[in-house]
This record gives sequence, structure tokens and C-alpha cells, in this order.
Amino acid sequence: MRWDWVRDHGGDIVAATRQHVELTVLAVGIGLLIALPLGLAARRWRRLTGPVLGATGVLFTIPSLALFALLVPFTGLSRTTAEIGLVGYTLLILVRNVVAGLDGVPDDVKEAAHGMGYRPLGQLLRVELPLAVPVIVAGIRIATVTTIGLVTVTGLIGQGGLGAFIIEGINRDFRTPLVVGSVCSVALAVVADLALAGAARLLAPWSRGRGT
Amino acid sequence: MSLAGDVARWFTAGEHWRGDFGVPHRLAEHAAMSAASLLAAIMIGLPIGLWLGHRGRGGAVAINLTNVGRAVPSLAILALAQQAFGLSGWPGFGARPAFVALVALAVPPLVTNAYVGMRGVDRDVVEAARGMGMTGRELLWQVELPIATPLVMAGVRTAAVQVVATASLAAVTAWGGLGRFIVDGFGQQDNAQIVAGALLVGAMALATEVTLARVQRLLVPRGLRAAPAPAGEVTPA
Repeated sequence: MRWDWVRDHGGDIVAATRQHVELTVLAVGIGLLIALPLGLAARRWRRLTGPVLGATGVLFTIPSLALFALLVPFTGLSRTTAEIGLVGYTLLILVRNVVAGLDGVPDDVKEAAHGMGYRPLGQLLRVELPLAVPVIVAGIRIATVTTIGLVTVTGLIGQGGLGAFIIEGINRDFRTPLVVGSVCSVALAVVADLALAGAARLLAPWSRGRGT
Repeated sequence: MSLAGDVARWFTAGEHWRGDFGVPHRLAEHAAMSAASLLAAIMIGLPIGLWLGHRGRGGAVAINLTNVGRAVPSLAILALAQQAFGLSGWPGFGARPAFVALVALAVPPLVTNAYVGMRGVDRDVVEAARGMGMTGRELLWQVELPIATPLVMAGVRTAAVQVVATASLAAVTAWGGLGRFIVDGFGQQDNAQIVAGALLVGAMALATEVTLARVQRLLVPRGLRAAPAPAGEVTPA
């Protein structure tokens, strides 16, 4: 380990971490915006569940290197290429947990809400979705940790956040940036996971102590 | 010239099908490396997961192993293995660190899914088996393992797809395999080669998944086949 390298590159490390966080937040955010309606549709029309999970599953199976490589001729070595790939990988996890979360709402709760005069939309927004929050957040946690790992691969297409250090380490056969990139990426994943777990407790205090 | 035409020409060019840099050799490399590391990971991971699940111990470790594995970037494991083991030596340039990294990545989903599968066996069934006088060993092999097969196989599938995907990343750390076409294509700004490599890698991953899904259907005991296959712990790579 060359600590002087770490000292000299403090600014770069902060900038790379910020880019890593931006790429991750954008990917999970857009993923959620797509997964929520997809999950709701899959639940409203049961025949859609199989195809939706199947299509996101196929996307999930494609190796990240191949997916980014397929996009490069069209969207170049750009942030767009990185985001399309990263968003694609969040979908299966998020859709599955949105469906599972809504399915987990007890029938008697739904009947009670109906009996209290909730319209379908109000019941969804004010009863079912809040009760599904713990399972949905569990999906967001998995998607976030997975995305933080995958962002490093986007270093190969000129993005990458902390992954750029890993690739620099590989190309120059220089251990210090390699270790810095790896350790910071793992640390980021752990911090994000704990922060989201905390957010889930605040959003759904009744589920405290009941892990998903 | 259209990209599709370039890619078609790439696939039909004779020189891409011959020698150590041709598709057949890269495909064989990729398949051999994936199979070897998956087998090694199965020999390490399944006994651990099945035993912990059978004894009902170490649940926190077995379950969190996959979460930890997910947080560590596969590129980082490949690069660190390269630093630790060097590139030269048997059985080929860059092969040893790639093998070690692939095994390390494949073990967590195997352990977690085997453990969860074993713990998911209905306690009444286990009690009944014990009441019939089965020993622990008989219980494991004749009752728990057959019932846990769907999840055990879900773990094998996840690990296999992950290994095939990560083996393509090993091209970044100097090993061969199908990822070579993509990484070299990036280096030479050769879009046809990039896309051709991506199609080969993607096809291999999907073929692996489909093949193992078939194997799973054959291995699951007939009485359990009606139930939908459970979703395992999954991670893209």
C-alpha cells in the first residue's frame, strides 16, 4: 500500500465516490419508477406476471459486460449506456418485491379498507402500498447493493466511479488504487444497506424486529 | 455500412474460427473454466450449506454470505486474485487467479440456497422421519435433500450464470475466454467485434440457464414437481 498515493488522490477519491453514488441513485430511482407500475400491472392482470418476470429475468441473466458492450455502438461510452444497463439489472429484483409486498397484504385488511369506503386507488395508495413498504424496501436494498457492485464494471465504458481505480490498478499493475477502489466500493454498499434498513424502520415502524 | 452487416461479416470471416484466437478455442476455454470453477465451488459450498441446514446451525453466516458476496464487486475479486496469485504458471496465462476468483464468487449462493432449502423442509416431515427410526444420515439423504432439491438447484443455477458472466470479465485481468472479444473490441474501437463478443457471451449465459433449468426438472422428485420452483437468491454479474 502506498499511503502517499492515497493522500495525493484524496480529491479524486471523493469525486469518484460521488460519481458512484450518483450512478447508483439514478439507476435504482429510475428502476423503481419503472418497476412500480410494472409490478402493479403484473398484479392487476395476473396473466402479465409470467411474461414480466420472464423478460426481466432474461435481462438479469445477460452478463453485464455483454449488456454494456451491446449498447456501446448505439449510445457510446457514455453515462446513458451505463444507466440503461444498471437500471435493467434492478428491474427483476424490484418488480418481484413489489408484487410480493402487495401480495403479502392480508385479505381482511383489504376488506376492512373496502368496508371503510376506500376507493380502489385510495386503498392502494393509503393502505396496501404502505403495508408493502418493508418488502419493497428489502428489494431496494438488494438492488442498491447489487448496483454498487455493478457500477465498477461501467469503468470499462469510461464511467465507473470507484471502479475506475480498480481498472487503473489492473492496467498499471498497481495495488494501491485497486485496494482503494475495492474497499471504498464495499464500504459504500454496507453504508447504503444500513441506511436503507434504517429508512425502512422509520417508514414502517410496525415491522420492527421482523426481518424480511 | 450497417452494424448488423459488420457483425454478420465478423461471424462469417474464416479467420475468426481458427487458431488460439478463434471463436471455437475461446468458447472451449470459457466453458472449461466455467465448468471447472462451478464444480469446485459445488464441492466446497454444497456440503457446507447442506450440513449447516441439516444441523440447523450457522444460519446467520449461511444467509449473510450471499449478501456479503453481493457487496464485493466481481471485478475487485478478479483483480485482487490476480495480485495474489500472479498471471504466469499452470494452467495458462491468467487462468489461476481467474479460477480462484470464480470459485470464491460461486460459493456464497450455493451455501445460502442449500441452507435455506434444508431449513425449509417441513418440521413435521423431519419429525415423522425420525419417528420412523431414520438416522441423521438417512434423514439428510432420503428426506431433506430430495425436498430441498429445488432450492439447491436454484443456487447452482445462480452460481453457474454468475460464473459464466464473471469469466467474461476475467478478460479484463488478462485471461482469455469469450470476454476477450469484447475487451479487445473496446481497445481497438471495433464495434463489430464488441457486439459479436457480447452476443457470444449472452448466448452462453442464457444456454447455461436453460440447460440447468432442464437438469433441475429431472432432479426434482416427481411428487414435488407440481409446485412452482421457488425463487432463489439471485445476483447479476
